[in-house]
Amino acid sequence: MSNSTTTKPKGSFLANRANYLDERVGVAGILKEFGRKVFPDHWSFMLGEVALYSFVVLLISGTFLTFFFQPAMTEVVYNGVYGPLKGAEMSIAYASTLDISFEVRGGLLMRQVHHWSALMFVAAAGLHMLRVFFTGAFRKPREINWLVGFLLFVLGMAGGFTGYSLPDDLLSGNGLRIIDGMLKGVPVVGSSISSLLFDGEFPGHAIVARLYSLHIMIVPALIILLLAVHLFMVVIHKHTHYSGPGRKDTNVVGYPLMPVYVAKAGGFFFIVFGVIMLIATTFTINPVWNYGGYDPSPVSAGTQPDWYIGWLDGALRLAPSHLEFQGLGGTWSFNILIPLLVGVLFLVVVGAYPFIEKWITGDEREHHVLDRPRNAPVRTAVGAAGVTFYAVLWAGAATDLIATHFKMSLNHVLTSIQILLLVGPVFAFWVTKRIALALQRKDREIVLHGRETGRIIRMPHGEFIEVHEPLDKYEMYKLVDFKSYQPTLARPNSEGKITVAARVRASLSKFYFQDRVTPVGQVELAAAAHHEEHAPAIEAKPETKKPAAKKAAPKAAAKKTATTKKASTKAPAKKPAAKKAAPKKK
Amino acid sequence: MKKTMKNSRRSPFAAALVIAAGLIMSGGGYAFATAAVESATPVSAVSSQEQVAEGEKLFLANCASCHGKNGVGTPNGPTLIGVGAAAAEFQVDSGRMPAQASGPQMQVKPVQFTDEQIDAIAAYVGSLGVGPEIPTEEMIAANGNASKGGELFRINCAMCHNAVGAGGALTEGKFAPALVGVPADHIYEAMLTGPQNMPVFNDANLTPEEKKDIITYLKYVETNPSAGGYELAGLGPVAEGLFIWIIGFGIIIALTIWLGAKSN
Repeated sequence: MSNSTTTKPKGSFLANRANYLDERVGVAGILKEFGRKVFPDHWSFMLGEVALYSFVVLLISGTFLTFFFQPAMTEVVYNGVYGPLKGAEMSIAYASTLDISFEVRGGLLMRQVHHWSALMFVAAAGLHMLRVFFTGAFRKPREINWLVGFLLFVLGMAGGFTGYSLPDDLLSGNGLRIIDGMLKGVPVVGSSISSLLFDGEFPGHAIVARLYSLHIMIVPALIILLLAVHLFMVVIHKHTHYSGPGRKDTNVVGYPLMPVYVAKAGGFFFIVFGVIMLIATTFTINPVWNYGGYDPSPVSAGTQPDWYIGWLDGALRLAPSHLEFQGLGGTWSFNILIPLLVGVLFLVVVGAYPFIEKWITGDEREHHVLDRPRNAPVRTAVGAAGVTFYAVLWAGAATDLIATHFKMSLNHVLTSIQILLLVGPVFAFWVTKRIALALQRKDREIVLHGRETGRIIRMPHGEFIEVHEPLDKYEMYKLVDFKSYQPTLARPNSEGKITVAARVRASLSKFYFQDRVTPVGQVELAAAAHHEEHAPAIEAKPETKKPAAKKAAPKAAAKKTATTKKASTKAPAKKPAAKKAAPKKK
Repeated sequence: MKKTMKNSRRSPFAAALVIAAGLIMSGGGYAFATAAVESATPVSAVSSQEQVAEGEKLFLANCASCHGKNGVGTPNGPTLIGVGAAAAEFQVDSGRMPAQASGPQMQVKPVQFTDEQIDAIAAYVGSLGVGPEIPTEEMIAANGNASKGGELFRINCAMCHNAVGAGGALTEGKFAPALVGVPADHIYEAMLTGPQNMPVFNDANLTPEEKKDIITYLKYVETNPSAGGYELAGLGPVAEGLFIWIIGFGIIIALTIWLGAKSN
């Protein structure tokens, strides 16, 4: 620094400008810090990027639309170029949407870009969340960032919904009417909230302007703010990486931001933008001119919300319709309240999941190496159950289309989906857990005995064996580098009482970790290698291996066989200490 | 010149010529007028006796097992007395009748009869009692007011048939069919007669003029493709959501895998 201030820099034009900036705002330090941030390579790490880039596209196209859209509900007579609506009475909002579609140059394209990128944004955010969930990337220290990401997802839904209703067409008006009905279903305060929102009785003359304020100011401002927090925390925490040789909880293995990821991510932005543009130029989305201006009397068949609100619409459709009671000075619409509560509860569980899991495991360590989903069987199974629950609700929003397109009775479809909503997640949980455990056992088998080559050879004494090819060290590392938890017991607190919370925690811990396959340890590996040298006969192998896997799976914590095996494994050596530390803290 | 004109007027043939001209004008005009009247009257009005007889034969062979002799109805099928030629033409010409199997709703099948046979059946059913008649070409021409038709369609039809006529589900396996590709005369007849689960929109509910407007709107939507590109069957947000997840994200994930792949 002192050098550059005393001597006149002699260099190229660019170097001089860079020096000028560095002396005033210290870009060298910033670039040094950020430019050398390391990101690991994996396709699944780019899903969040897709969400970010779709959001940028949303901002660009949305700004264009604000130049021409008029959020007012004053009645006008349409006299634009679209024939089938000529002379129709409609709100200014709808008329200006038609003008954007048919008269503003590039307007229809921008509308379609905006809408498709909105669908893409929420979808990418959802997929990104699933990646983070199934790989355990939400564990300490990233719990708060999960919460921020979760809020971004919810804000994405809010942004989508407020935007969906702006054109004031029949389809979105039907959607608003459903929201109005849901609000009015809330006991005591419902009708007041509804009349506050709509400035009187639905539909009123205020809702479009109000939603517009939310849609172009409040929601995007919050999204930008939380995005900044989200990315800032990524910088603080550093990126996670998948397990591999040399990849530890204390490092990140990958390429630096400068120049590799700046180029890659910059290019990827244009790829995402390009895909959205391609879709928007080729496929119609939300052809508002077909729906006509909003009129509270008609309701069109096939009225559905955009996909990210679909699960709530599905919940509403699946709720039994006769759960409405009169009494206690009002009407109690449980057919509306139950779906509302189920929706809110589902979101709360999703948002709180990292905290729930941390409470159960009591794990205070930092995790920067991701789990393979199979190595956390119950978490993966819980995730699969959640995805199934969401997907069934989602399908519930399309009961009518399923019925007509598969030539089935609407009533049968509805009943089947109701049953599926209750049975599906349980079934998905069970199947996923079994598959995860089976895959873990397969990994053990491969680590201990190598891959089957399919080559059968005959020994001098007449025995036939299949040759197994041993795993190379790099491959093996990925298969053995994970931690396996044990269930914790309910312990008495300082007053000597076993609290209800401790019991709940113990039973949840049992639920999570009772069935498990421990990673292969050094001793086991050495024994297998030793065994391999002496008798390469395949018949003998299962005898030594099978009891190991069996013991690991069912019998719970106390059993000595399990604990000794644990001590022999290298990875979880620290773990019992952590386990003991956690209950003491309480 | 004057002289010759005067002469010709007085010629002995003049009276005959005038009479001939008068006869030709009045007779020809009458013939012309009746022809015009004939072409304007509904087909069933001029259905000849032999057409009805032919229709009765076809009816006995193909329809009477369910609808009964003389169309009086049986436990398997409703009476056809008073349903009119329009109902018969709609059901048979769209391929719904003769029914193949009982079910929540009669399915559209390949049409079973020739146009002459269908006309004959319609004429016979029309002759059973007073009922709605087959609309004329003029009544179903798509030259009404599409804007008014669109509004009427959204108010009266969209709750079952969807705002762009993409169809929709009803209870217990019944459904409102998609209206894309349905001929104008069938749309008119369906409104007039209320086939299967559809309500009747008689001329007091929707005047012939309004029916024409609705047909005009539907034909406009059918013949004018969306300005925004491929329409994804007009099914709205469900199709759009499936599209972005399957096609949109199919492409995006393929690209992320390509970018994330290690260069060898």
